[in-house]
Amino acid sequence: MQRFILRRFFQSLVVLLVVAVVVFALARVTGNAADLLLPEDAGREDREHLLKALGLDRPMHEQLARFLKGALSGDLGMSIRYRKPAVEVFFERLPNTLTLVPIALLSAIVISIPLGLLAAVYRGTIIDRVSGAIAVLGIATPSFWLGIVLIYIFSIQLGWLPSARMGGPAHYILPTITLAAFLVAGMMRLVRSSVLEVLNSEFVKLARIKGLSQTVVIWKHCLRNALIPVVTLFGVFFALLVTGAIVTETVFAWPGVGRLTYEAVIFRDYPLLQAVILLKAMIVLGVNLAVDILYAYLDPRVRYS
Amino acid sequence: MLLDVKDLHAHLRTRWGTVKAVDGVSFSIEAGETLGLVGESGSGKTMTALSLLRLLPEPAGRIVNGQVLLDGEDLVAKSEREMRRIRGRRISMILQDPQTSLNPVFNVGNQIVEALRVHLGRRANGLWKRAEEALRRVKVAAPQERLRSFPHQMSGGMKQRVVGAIALASEPKLLIADEPTTALDVTIQLQYLMLLKDVQARMGLGMLFITHDFGIVARMCDRVAVMYAGRIVESGPVREIFKAPRHPYTAALMASVPRMEARVHRLPSIDGQPPALHRLPGGCRFAPRCSYVDERCRLEYPPAVAIGRSHAAACWKVAP
Repeated sequence: MQRFILRRFFQSLVVLLVVAVVVFALARVTGNAADLLLPEDAGREDREHLLKALGLDRPMHEQLARFLKGALSGDLGMSIRYRKPAVEVFFERLPNTLTLVPIALLSAIVISIPLGLLAAVYRGTIIDRVSGAIAVLGIATPSFWLGIVLIYIFSIQLGWLPSARMGGPAHYILPTITLAAFLVAGMMRLVRSSVLEVLNSEFVKLARIKGLSQTVVIWKHCLRNALIPVVTLFGVFFALLVTGAIVTETVFAWPGVGRLTYEAVIFRDYPLLQAVILLKAMIVLGVNLAVDILYAYLDPRVRYS
Repeated sequence: MLLDVKDLHAHLRTRWGTVKAVDGVSFSIEAGETLGLVGESGSGKTMTALSLLRLLPEPAGRIVNGQVLLDGEDLVAKSEREMRRIRGRRISMILQDPQTSLNPVFNVGNQIVEALRVHLGRRANGLWKRAEEALRRVKVAAPQERLRSFPHQMSGGMKQRVVGAIALASEPKLLIADEPTTALDVTIQLQYLMLLKDVQARMGLGMLFITHDFGIVARMCDRVAVMYAGRIVESGPVREIFKAPRHPYTAALMASVPRMEARVHRLPSIDGQPPALHRLPGGCRFAPRCSYVDERCRLEYPPAVAIGRSHAAACWKVAP
């Protein structure tokens, strides 16, 4: 197990390196920061001066080397817009996202596992069909649209819930629904098909032969086996939420790292963008590693030798 | 009479229409006796067994007619709740494939104790001790350590012993064994059969032994019932049927068993396929493959003709 974790750790480092290089390149092929930062009447000299100050006048490979070297020591450059270290800006915003994403993930789990289970156990009935319809709707609804519609109904028309920014518990409701909606749909279908497969297995038949009640058969023998493929995808779900948060946080003016990403793109704050994407990648990789460890706990056959 | 099955009909609704998987099957088993249920794949053997436990695939399967009398009580009339008290305690079953019959995420002890708990009640003490006993009964070495093993840490033969231990844990009266050795290595098949026979003798179990192998029938069974396309075509004492099979299908099946002493170049086989169960021929279901077929066979299903005291065959060519 330790060797497995160590190996995965080094694999993650390689992935991070690749992400760093890609982000570095993308930030430079999509336009020049200087053009955005300078006032329109700035002269050639001002421009060159700024490029020099930002280090953008050096050859690409030199810039990359400096970026990577800085990254190793935890320095991802200064944010152009905030005039602070990009890492610092990111970690100021991170807690706001880390309250939203786990709540969304947890609600998605709490809703989709029982629904998927019910749909599988009562397959072909009205329960199954309704849940199927909800799932299709959930997958087909884009987050930005859902967010705006929710704001329109619950904030503007009914005036029940706040529409933007952070605050008390009421502020969490709409962003959580928006963020969790498309996850619920996907997870529900995944749980359903996974449970269906397990329901047809021989060991479930044997559990029934033993005379166990339906409750024990489903919650003990089915669920844990059915959750194995779902847990495998938790890492992916988490990554989806972190990226999904960009849209949701923008719609709800939520001051988290999703909105920070959006801002970094819009203002061409490339050191910040690099930092945000690299740090997010680190978090996603960390969560995936944790999922692999959880997976070994759920399925005793997995021993990572 | 431990088990008396009378005119059992079980249907499965499929997308090709209603399949008459079990179509008027009758047989009985005494305590301590083994009845072999023999037939090709898809002849309805397993569906018959699952009907006895009322565990036909949901929601497609349904018992439409007949009685299953266990010690005189009709199981077809029981509620699901009542059936749960019968499963495991009075009727148990060993499934075909030990690789998939055990839950991979729980250790073996957990799965045996669970069966015991159903039988002895939630509060019973010393369940792990009894589980160890159950493993010892099926001759598993070092049972105490084995209880903590997971299925994937065991060989196929060992797993099938565990499945046996689970089936026998609650000391049932009737054991259904659905091809219990088909998935095992040839070298341990015989061991397992002997073990079953030994346990049966000690516990006085009635046994329904499902197989397609006449060699196993000869070794294990007292009586045999041959199934074809959802019906029993011939039944009787093993000795009699081996000496003189009366139904052409039984004879053909037995001829296709390889024998050590016979020198043949090619093993005899039965031409054609069993009929599709949703489109059965009107007359005898074996007629399309039978070498003795005539006009009447194709039109009318033959009644069972008694040959000896407990030997019967459903064939127009059998003279009473």
